[in-house]
Amino acid sequence: MPIQSKAVGLPLSRVEGPLKVTGGARYAAEYFQPGMLFGVVVPATIAAGQIASIDVSAAERFAGVVKIFTHENRPSTAYRDSKWKDQVALPGHPFRPLESDRILFDGQPVALVVAESFEAARDAATLVRVHYLPEESHTDLMRAIHTSYCPPIPRAKEMMPPPPRGNAQAAFDRATNRISADYRMDGEHHNPMELFATTVLLGDDGTLTIHDKTQGSQNSQDYVCNVFGLATETVVVRNAYVGGAFGQALRPKYQLFFAVMASLDLKRSMKVEMSRREMFYLTWRPSSFQTVSLAADREGHLQAIRHHAVHATSRYEDYQENVANWSGLAYRCDNVELSYEIVKLDVSTPGDMRAPGAATGVTALEAAMDELAYEVGIDPLELRLRNFVHRDQNQDKDLTSKALHACYREGAARFGWAGRSPEPGSMRDGVDLVGWGMATGLWEASMSPAEAKVQYCANGTVVVSAAASDIGTGTYTILGQIAAECFDLQIGDVTVRLGDSTLPKTGVEGGSWTAASSGSAVQAAAKAVIATLLKHAGELHNSPLARASADEVEVAEGRLVLEANHQVGVAISEIMATAGLSSIEESAEVGPDKALARKFAAYTHSAVFVEVKVDSELGVIRVTRVVSAVAAGRILNPKTARSQILGGIVMGLGMALHEEGMIDHRTGRIVNHNLAEYHIPAHADVEDLQVIFVDEDDDKASPIGVKGLGEIGIVGVAAAISNAIFHATGKRVRSFPITIDKILESEIRQ
Amino acid sequence: MDIGSRNDAVPLCSTAFVINGQQFTLELHPWVTLLDLLRGALELSGTKKGCDHGQCGACTVLIDGERINACLKLAVSLDGARITTIEGLGSPESLHPMQKAFIEHDAFQCGYCTPGQICSAIGLVSEGRVHSRADIRELMSGNLCRCGAYTNIADAIEDVMGQGRNQIREAAE
Amino acid sequence: MRPFSYTRAQTVQAAVQALASDPQAVLLAGGTNLIDLMKYEVERPGAIIDINRLPLNFIDDLPDGGIRIGALVTNSSVAHDERVRTRYPLLASAILAGASPQLRNAATTGGNLVQRTRCYYFYDPATPCNKRQPGSGCAAIGGVNRIHAILGASDSCIAVHPSDMCVALAALGATIEVEGPAGRRDIAFSDFHRLPGDRPELDNTLQSGELVVAIRLEPNHFAVHHTYLKLRDRLSYAFALVSVAVAVELSNDRLVDVRVALGGVAHKPWRDRLVEAEFAGVVADEEAFQKLAERLLSGAKGHGGNHFKIPLAAKAIVRALKQATSGRLQDQAAKSVQ
Repeated sequence: MPIQSKAVGLPLSRVEGPLKVTGGARYAAEYFQPGMLFGVVVPATIAAGQIASIDVSAAERFAGVVKIFTHENRPSTAYRDSKWKDQVALPGHPFRPLESDRILFDGQPVALVVAESFEAARDAATLVRVHYLPEESHTDLMRAIHTSYCPPIPRAKEMMPPPPRGNAQAAFDRATNRISADYRMDGEHHNPMELFATTVLLGDDGTLTIHDKTQGSQNSQDYVCNVFGLATETVVVRNAYVGGAFGQALRPKYQLFFAVMASLDLKRSMKVEMSRREMFYLTWRPSSFQTVSLAADREGHLQAIRHHAVHATSRYEDYQENVANWSGLAYRCDNVELSYEIVKLDVSTPGDMRAPGAATGVTALEAAMDELAYEVGIDPLELRLRNFVHRDQNQDKDLTSKALHACYREGAARFGWAGRSPEPGSMRDGVDLVGWGMATGLWEASMSPAEAKVQYCANGTVVVSAAASDIGTGTYTILGQIAAECFDLQIGDVTVRLGDSTLPKTGVEGGSWTAASSGSAVQAAAKAVIATLLKHAGELHNSPLARASADEVEVAEGRLVLEANHQVGVAISEIMATAGLSSIEESAEVGPDKALARKFAAYTHSAVFVEVKVDSELGVIRVTRVVSAVAAGRILNPKTARSQILGGIVMGLGMALHEEGMIDHRTGRIVNHNLAEYHIPAHADVEDLQVIFVDEDDDKASPIGVKGLGEIGIVGVAAAISNAIFHATGKRVRSFPITIDKILESEIRQ
Repeated sequence: MDIGSRNDAVPLCSTAFVINGQQFTLELHPWVTLLDLLRGALELSGTKKGCDHGQCGACTVLIDGERINACLKLAVSLDGARITTIEGLGSPESLHPMQKAFIEHDAFQCGYCTPGQICSAIGLVSEGRVHSRADIRELMSGNLCRCGAYTNIADAIEDVMGQGRNQIREAAE
Repeated sequence: MRPFSYTRAQTVQAAVQALASDPQAVLLAGGTNLIDLMKYEVERPGAIIDINRLPLNFIDDLPDGGIRIGALVTNSSVAHDERVRTRYPLLASAILAGASPQLRNAATTGGNLVQRTRCYYFYDPATPCNKRQPGSGCAAIGGVNRIHAILGASDSCIAVHPSDMCVALAALGATIEVEGPAGRRDIAFSDFHRLPGDRPELDNTLQSGELVVAIRLEPNHFAVHHTYLKLRDRLSYAFALVSVAVAVELSNDRLVDVRVALGGVAHKPWRDRLVEAEFAGVVADEEAFQKLAERLLSGAKGHGGNHFKIPLAAKAIVRALKQATSGRLQDQAAKSVQ
């Protein structure tokens, strides 16, 4: 790569910014066609049982209604489960909308009302009368926890706990300092601001152009083609702009199914948009129960770690995430026992939500580490330092890099951690108790297979394309930066095309892997373009680059030059003119390096420092300051990267203090399915947030040195906040979210 | 009465308003909200639907200069109103200072709450009641952002207000 | 929404007549609660009478030094009115603690008075709710009820009134002017909202066909010693778990007149004049505040999820009294509790 960057590493503004701030960026529901129909879903109002009958007569008579789909008249679709399994499906039976009269979860769609206007569909939907035969539902994790089991079919091998190492029980029993605690978390809901929506535009030739809220256009395309038996070339799925997703849009949602089903059946273009309420009945972060037991010697060196994690899943699929394994690799410890089970409930299948597993498991581990620090009587940061590990002991592998020491050091310095008085309740600000807490965060740095195409045009502009998605992550911008750097251009000279299933193959946008994967693919494709340029340059008469190899040349100021000597080179315009080319287009595909992966494990790390102020009488909690120091390899764009971390902190704040899906377990129904009663942080909750990126060189995690940032920002935040609350108040609240009632109750119990 | 057919029997209401400087006279069903009218028939989809119940602020527009949740207004009730949506504030070629500041401060990620945040921020500035950073936070709390861009949104607003009168200061807090 | 007809009333009399003549009709002012409830199918009016053009958008000084606020004045306009800010700052503060700027710009004074509960079950037509559907039962009793009432509830309803503004008005002792088919009448604020009893479907004592025209506030001595303290699940844009409006007149550190109204704890803004009267002449110290809180909450009863509101309300009352008597009113933007 060129030494002097015009793009990579610079804090450039988002390239799609002007569209987003003027309302010009179009999301899935924002495409129009005259004569298009609108669909609105009728959600079930029981959590388990059967539909005895559906009366659609009143709704059908409603002016403007075109058709009402129920399980009784649903058009036929694929029969085999395999056809319904999307690219990131789970073990089990994928949910099939309107398949039968069975109700598997509260809010399950039982009818789709299609009408000439949104209002007619919305209002007629309320006239659909469903008579249910409810059965007893079980939605309370704690009441059903005795039915937990190890998932018989792992979602992925690495999600299963590693075999025990050493003898955790014996080491625990002998240790001088021990803690053991249970941590509970209620279910969380992603609640991206954009409602799930799909617009299907039916072409004259019968082709479908589908604008879908998804984290993977090609995943949606595959799903539609498989379920409805359509040829790939007749279906295009686009997701140019995605109004947040956080994992909720990894798997196709039922509005996609419905929009396509109705469009095919009625031969009309269709739009189906969910209500906010419906979004609570989908993919959610499962409620969980964890027990963490830690033992240390008198100096705080870990002697034993045991972590048992249980979370909810649905009746029909085994959702799995890596909750417990983090406890085996975060710190040095030779006696580790990790276990993981799930519990079937009458709920919809949970799914990945920002840092799935880690947000849950690391929160418990890091809260427990804080408890251990007090048990041993040393500073919580010092405890982490004393147990620092340079290897992944779970997999017995070296790490590609781990600049966590720098995170601890720089984060603590910025925060002023050294000024902390260790005794709980010892720091005050007027009537407020002040608490300082910290936690470590970690997440895997991975790559997924990705392709990209780079087109270099004779006028010195570049077009990058890939079927990747930008869900607010800055993908348009960073891919543009990488291409600009490869061709020594300004970012304005690069056009990035994403969010289209016809573009080069890319997996779903998740797991923090997009920057590393698609970024490496863009770089590889750009290198291929340069190699092609070199080939043509070599054909020039008296070419100065005739004997140069592809890895000896680069582009500088519109010339293909020797890396070692920029004086030697040829103008690209000359190369292309001579070869008679108006553009050069090359594609490249990258994927995880299996040989490297056998030897190395790659993780991102963070150190999160939090100040809370807790009203000493009322228990009102404010998070007044957060410093998150992150080691994530190379930072392509410090501006958008910082935003990713800020967003993770805010969601972690919600996890710590606000967010809980409330279920009335008598009926199994969610009661707070709206943004007034399911609280996500508001402006007023967010005060001083600071982000530090520490230097971390990593030449193994990905070809471009990038590790990914989407998840690491949230990991550890809830733990750091709960640790700060303990430091402020002396109260350990081990149930999340830590609402005011829990603060008060813990006081009442004392 | 057969409820199923009543929606046909209700007469359309003639409603006139100005949106982004353009005069509209429309025949509307009374149950159409301003938000659905904008995002539907008028194809002004810059105004967003995030909850449809006044719980998120994504649909914030300016009605006669005041910030309002478009989802809770029946369009017919706005006869005679002047409505400004995000499309009326600026274009990519000619951005409003608040739009510029949002880009510069990276005050959004997914961009979905952004038009509402910007309309709300412009309403906030014209209300003239901000004396501190805490005021910005409190008075922008009707606009939720799930990407968590709050810090940058507050920076953008402070920047624009600073350009105007340079007197925002962090309150002693 | 159910199909409905839409008309605009031009005069109060016309609105009253239209309202009285059609049992399916409702009034539309700011719409922030009504349209919300219509979308959830909780309200299903057959006719909407838009009253936004009635001449009720005024704030007038009264000869006695009081103030009269028209039913259509928005919450924002009330909160930022100079006379309200100087003479009734408690009212301004309470309004600014509620909802969001956008909602306050739309919501009206009259609408705020008649807004309906936020009970989860009231909002869900598929569940029993005596308020929504008399006789169907109360799902909140025995259900998820952390936001529910601890005072004045009945076996048929444990919902709470969600307003912040009304808590201040309860403390200040407003008068509500209503007009109906039988003409104009005044309702004392304390008589306006009801306790649920066995008729929880009735939120207030408005008779059929009546609409709120204005509220009147008498001159008072509370401009210095008052506060509105609201505790909630996030720091803004959330309904109160518990809120306290306190207005105090002090003389030589003694309580001359002390008024404490509670929000988020009952079917109506909760105030107990008998208890307040017990503390007239008492030295304004923490011991008195604790006793006052204890007395105010002596009949409090939790329903499982909301037990915490009892100690929380007690602490909030004490703190609010401290704030009010020391003149350190709660700033609604600074989130530290003064």
